[in-house]
Amino acid sequence: MCLAIQIPITKAAIGQNFESAFAPKQNFSTIDSITASRGIPYRFPMHQSRIVITGVGLTSPNGNSLEEYRKNLLDGVARIQMIDMRYMGPKGAIGQVPAGVCDFDPKKHQTRKELRVGTRAGSIAIFAAREAIASSGLDFENYDKSRIGVYVGTTEHGNVETENEVYNISKFDYDTKFWTHHHNPRTVANNPAGEITINTGITGPHYTIGAACAAGNAGLIQALQMLRLGEVDFALAGGVSESIQSFGIFAGFKSQGALGTHETDPNKVSRPFDKTRNGIVVSEGGCIYTLERLEDAQARGANIMAEIIGYRINSDASDYVLPNPERQAECMHQALAVAGIEAGEVDIVNTHATSTPMGDIQEMKAIAEVFGDCPTTYVNNTKSYIGHCMGAAGALELAGNLPSFQDNIIHPTINVEDLDPECALANLVINEPRKVDAVKVILNNSFGMLGINSALILKKFED
Amino acid sequence: MTEDQVQQIVIDIINEIAPDEDTTGLKPEVNLRDQMDLDSMDFLDIVMELRKQHGIEVPEEDYPELASLKSCSDYLTPKFNAK
Repeated sequence: MCLAIQIPITKAAIGQNFESAFAPKQNFSTIDSITASRGIPYRFPMHQSRIVITGVGLTSPNGNSLEEYRKNLLDGVARIQMIDMRYMGPKGAIGQVPAGVCDFDPKKHQTRKELRVGTRAGSIAIFAAREAIASSGLDFENYDKSRIGVYVGTTEHGNVETENEVYNISKFDYDTKFWTHHHNPRTVANNPAGEITINTGITGPHYTIGAACAAGNAGLIQALQMLRLGEVDFALAGGVSESIQSFGIFAGFKSQGALGTHETDPNKVSRPFDKTRNGIVVSEGGCIYTLERLEDAQARGANIMAEIIGYRINSDASDYVLPNPERQAECMHQALAVAGIEAGEVDIVNTHATSTPMGDIQEMKAIAEVFGDCPTTYVNNTKSYIGHCMGAAGALELAGNLPSFQDNIIHPTINVEDLDPECALANLVINEPRKVDAVKVILNNSFGMLGINSALILKKFED
Repeated sequence: MTEDQVQQIVIDIINEIAPDEDTTGLKPEVNLRDQMDLDSMDFLDIVMELRKQHGIEVPEEDYPELASLKSCSDYLTPKFNAK
């Protein structure tokens, strides 16, 4: 039994709740006939459908494909750099901040005009989405694009564009007649997802899921739910972030005492669990998956990378920024209950830890509570390589671990020179990859401000 | 400022806002939208750049005057010369 501390939520209770919530309603057949009569395909109930990942596209500070990214995670290659940032120097001058910057080629999938009109978040989203579609092997050109949904997690959106416009009109004595007409389409919350649809011709639903830094997981969960509801047959889902272009994000973390620094090496600023850690590295990035119902994926002979077997989002209901380990543990327990597995069956727990002094300890308390007695459950972290990719974090960090289903290697967290005893879990994989007999289950944590917690559980696909 | 110079200013702005378009050989009398992939937001960009770069205001009711290079120069040259 791996539940070191019993949380008053049992698998049976969770199971009942979910069974009840997902029980077919009496009038389903009526709805079916109405929608069918209008010529709109409607498929349900799909609540019990198994949902699988069939493709992935990404850009992270240390890789623009899953292969490159994974290789760098196994080789210990971090890629953080110092960048110029408006107002972050003395007395409002340009200053330098550590950041994770992606170097994908935006012109691979966008015209120069699209790049000029759109946003960086949109560009990242389009690149990741296009790469994911290619990775999925779907005959995209001939696929019914009204049956594809786009669900993109974002921590925030619009800060960059509004800051840029305020800066722009500052050159014209703040005369708003110089404020761009592109501002509103750039700043609407659905922008990154909408740009994917414009670029690809997808006419199914699209929107973003605002979920602070749990957004990457939340995007995947939303897609899973929409597939199970039969709203779509194919989903693009994950998360993106353009946050490094916003001085406000950096200034906010600095004012909060949570902006990471290192005396000499940008690649060592993000050092979760190290005793000297002192804050976050803000990064940009994006990771989009293709999700399908198992039967659809199998019918087209797709390469199935993993199955999502459990998930949960819950709320701390306690503080704007300080995480709550009790609720985090509860979130993981509930996700395990949904998956119908014991904690000890999880092989990898990928932490959200952002390299802040308190946040890392809080999460480790939660993990110890859930997995403290699980000798074959290993714990790692990805932010030590790429910083905090904000809305993309959950999706990107999951991607870094998915290849473990094939190679049975667990990538380590790096930059731990002096392990903080308060973070010292026995199975924390530090500085060197660990080869294990088998990796069959991964639990991916992502947490965010206002106390939003998410846990996603993936299983190596077995028919 | 000559009409040719004004047309070149408009072409320079189009090159900036629609960098994928080929502006060589544009026919002055033919509507720009019939020769290039320009949308309404692009025309607003032209209006904005005329304002920003040259201090020229184009009221909304005059937007049709920007339909072709020739109509642009007919409409804008007096404005440039009045500066």
